[in-house]
Amino acid sequence: MNTMKITFLGLVCSVLMVPAAFAGTLDTVKSQGFFNCGVSQGVPGFSNPDENGNWSGIDVDVCRAVSAAIFGDPDKVKYVPLTAKERFTALQAGEIDVLSRNTTWTLSRDAQIGLEFAGVNFYDGQGFMVRKDSGISSAMELDGASVCTNLGTTTELNMADFFRANGMAYEPVVFEKADEVVNAYDEGRCDTYTTDKSGLAAQRTKLADPDAHVVLPETISKEPLGPVVREGDGDWADVVRWSLNAMIEAEEFGLTQSNAQTTCAMTSNPVVARLCGKEGGTGAGLNLGESWSYDIVTMVGNYGDVYEKHVGENTPVGLARAGSPNASYKDGGVLYAPPAR
Amino acid sequence: METDKSKLGSFLFNRSVQGVFYQLITLGLVALGIYYIVTNTARNMLERGLASGFHFLGVESQFDIGMTLIEYSPTSTYFDSFIVGLLNTLLVAGIGILFATVIGFTVGIMRLSSNWLIAKIAEAYVEILRNIPLLLQIFFWYFAVLRALPKPKQSLELYDSFFLNNRGLFIPDTVFGEGSSIIFYLLWLTTIISIGIFIWAKRRQNRTGERFPAFYVSTALILGTFFISLAATGFPVSFEYPELKGFNFKGGIKLIPELVALTFALAMYTASFIAEVVRGGIMAVSKGQTEAAKSVGLKQNLILRLIIIPQALRVIVPPLTNQYLNLTKNSSLAAAIAYPDLVLVFAGTALMQTGQAIEIIGMVMGVYLFLSLFTSLIMNMFNRFMKVDGER
Repeated sequence: MNTMKITFLGLVCSVLMVPAAFAGTLDTVKSQGFFNCGVSQGVPGFSNPDENGNWSGIDVDVCRAVSAAIFGDPDKVKYVPLTAKERFTALQAGEIDVLSRNTTWTLSRDAQIGLEFAGVNFYDGQGFMVRKDSGISSAMELDGASVCTNLGTTTELNMADFFRANGMAYEPVVFEKADEVVNAYDEGRCDTYTTDKSGLAAQRTKLADPDAHVVLPETISKEPLGPVVREGDGDWADVVRWSLNAMIEAEEFGLTQSNAQTTCAMTSNPVVARLCGKEGGTGAGLNLGESWSYDIVTMVGNYGDVYEKHVGENTPVGLARAGSPNASYKDGGVLYAPPAR
Repeated sequence: METDKSKLGSFLFNRSVQGVFYQLITLGLVALGIYYIVTNTARNMLERGLASGFHFLGVESQFDIGMTLIEYSPTSTYFDSFIVGLLNTLLVAGIGILFATVIGFTVGIMRLSSNWLIAKIAEAYVEILRNIPLLLQIFFWYFAVLRALPKPKQSLELYDSFFLNNRGLFIPDTVFGEGSSIIFYLLWLTTIISIGIFIWAKRRQNRTGERFPAFYVSTALILGTFFISLAATGFPVSFEYPELKGFNFKGGIKLIPELVALTFALAMYTASFIAEVVRGGIMAVSKGQTEAAKSVGLKQNLILRLIIIPQALRVIVPPLTNQYLNLTKNSSLAAAIAYPDLVLVFAGTALMQTGQAIEIIGMVMGVYLFLSLFTSLIMNMFNRFMKVDGER
C-alpha cells in the first residue's frame, strides 16, 4: 500500500514536472503578465535606479522593448539587481528571465554554463585612464607603469596579454572592490587605471577632479555586451533577439520614437511598413501581436534614441557614438541587424 | 552457563566498553555525514557540468602578480601563483610576528613602569589600538602612507641609493660574486661554534657557578670571521642600486606600500594584545621573587632578565601563540589593499579564472590550517623548553 502510494506520488510528480520544465518562457510570461529582468546594482547609463526606484539605461531599455513587444506596454517588467557573481546563477535558476547587465559575450559563457546570448547592445572594450599632467597620449607609452584594476574579471587577463604582447613591463595593483581601485588611483598609487571604457567613463565622475584625467585612445580587448537568456528555449530567445534587432533596424530606416506615428501613416517603403506592423506578418512567427515592432519604437525608441538618451555625448556618461563600433554599419560602426522579415 | 552470563553482563555494563561503543557510534555518524557531503557535492557538480580535479594547477595562469619572491610571469602555472601567494603570506606574517613581539613586549613592560607618563602612554596605545577594527586600521595606514609619500619623480632619497615614494621603498640589492661561497660556509661554521660555546658556558655555570660572556665572545667570533674572510677574498660583494627609469625605479630591492601598510597595521594591532599578555604574565610572578632577588643583590635589569621574564614566559607563551595565529589569519585581509597574498592571488584571481572553487578554497584552508598547527607546534616546543625542571 505504502509502496504504491509512493510510486503514485512519484509518477504524479514526474508527470507534473515534465510540462513545467518544457513550458516555454514566453507562454509563462504571457500568462503571468510580466517578466523578471536581471540588471546591475547601478551603472550610470546602463542600468541605474533613480531616487524613486525607477530603472533606466540602455540595458534596461532592452527589457522595456521586450515588454512592449509582448504586452504593448514597456513597464510590465520586474527588475532584479544582481552582482557580477550572482547573475548567471539567477538566470539558470529561473529567478530572472532575461539578464541585461553589461555582460560580455564569450565562448566559455555561451558554451559551458547553459546560457544563450541574444545579441549585442553595446560594443565595449578595455581601456586605460591616466592623469593629464603625466603627458601620456598612448597606451604604448605605459612601459613600467603601475596599473590599478579590479579582481576577478577578464580585465586582469586582458591587461597581462596586452603588456606581454607589446614586450612591456608593468606592476599590477589588484583590489577586491571598485571603490578602492578608484581611491588608490586618485591617491597616486598607480599611473593608470584600467577597466571597460564605459566603466572608466562612469568611474571618472567619482574622482576628486574628473577633468584632470583622460582615457587613452587604445582599446585592448573586445567586450561585446548584450542580453542573455537560458539555453534551450528558442522561442523566448527569438523574442529577445528580435526586439533588439527591431530597435537597430528602425534606426537604420529612419523610424524614430518621435516620427514613427506620422511616418507609419504615409510610408511606401516596404521595410518601414513591415516595422510599422502594416505588412509582412512578422508578429505571428514570434507568437506576438502584429504591432510588436511599432510598439517598441513608439514606446521605447530606436537604438539611436536609446543610446543618445542614456550614454550619448549630452549625458554625464558622455560616450561619443560617431567613430565607435556602436555606430551603424553605414557610418563605419559594426551595428548591423539581420532583416526583420 | 551462569558464570558465562554474568561475565557477558559485566562486559556489557563495563564503563570503558560502553564508552568505546558510544564513541564508535559518534565516529560512524560523522563519517556518514562527511560521505553524504562529498557525494552530494560531486553529484551536484556533475549535474551542473562543473569540472573538478587538480589538473588546472599545471595550466598557464595568464595573469601577472605585483610582488613575487620567486620568478613569475603570465606563462607560469597556477601552481606557481599558489606558491607566490603562499610566500607573500608567509613574508607578511613573519615580519608582522617579529615586530608585534618587539612592540608588544616593550609596551607591556612600559605599562608596568613606575613612571606615570610612560605607563599612561602604554595604556593609551593598548586601549586605542585594540578597540578599533583591524580592517579600518589597515585602510588608515594604507591611505595615510599613500598620501604622505611623494610621486616617483620627487622621491625622498638617502645617499643616492635609498629611495622612498608612493610606489614603495627602494633599497640597493647585494650581489654576491665569485668566491663568496666560502664566506657563507665560514658563517655557518662560526654559528655552530657559537651554539657550542653557549652550551659549554651554561654547563660550566651550572657546575662551578662562574659566568662566561658567551654572547659577546660569539658575536665577536661571527662578525670578526665575516669581515676578515670578506677582506681576504677581496670583497666579492657588489651592490645594485635602484635607478629612476620612466615611471619608476628599476633594480635593487623594492618594498611595495601595501606590504608596509599591512605589516605595520598587523604588528601594531597584535602588539596591543601581546602587551596585555606580557603585563599579565609579569604580574603573575609573585612579588616575593623580586624581593628575594633584590635581597641577594641583583641589579634591576638582571632581576627582569633572570628572575621575572623566565617565570613570566611560562604564563605568556600559550596566549602569545594565540596572538601569532591571529596575526597569520588576519593577514588574509590583505585583499582589501591589493597586497598579493594567498587569498587575493589564489582564492581571488585564480579562482575567478578557473572556476574551481572547491579545490582552491580547500587548498587555501589547508594552508592556513597547516600554518596554524605548525606555529602551535613550535610554540609548544618552546613552552616545554621554558618549563621549570620537575614541573608538569
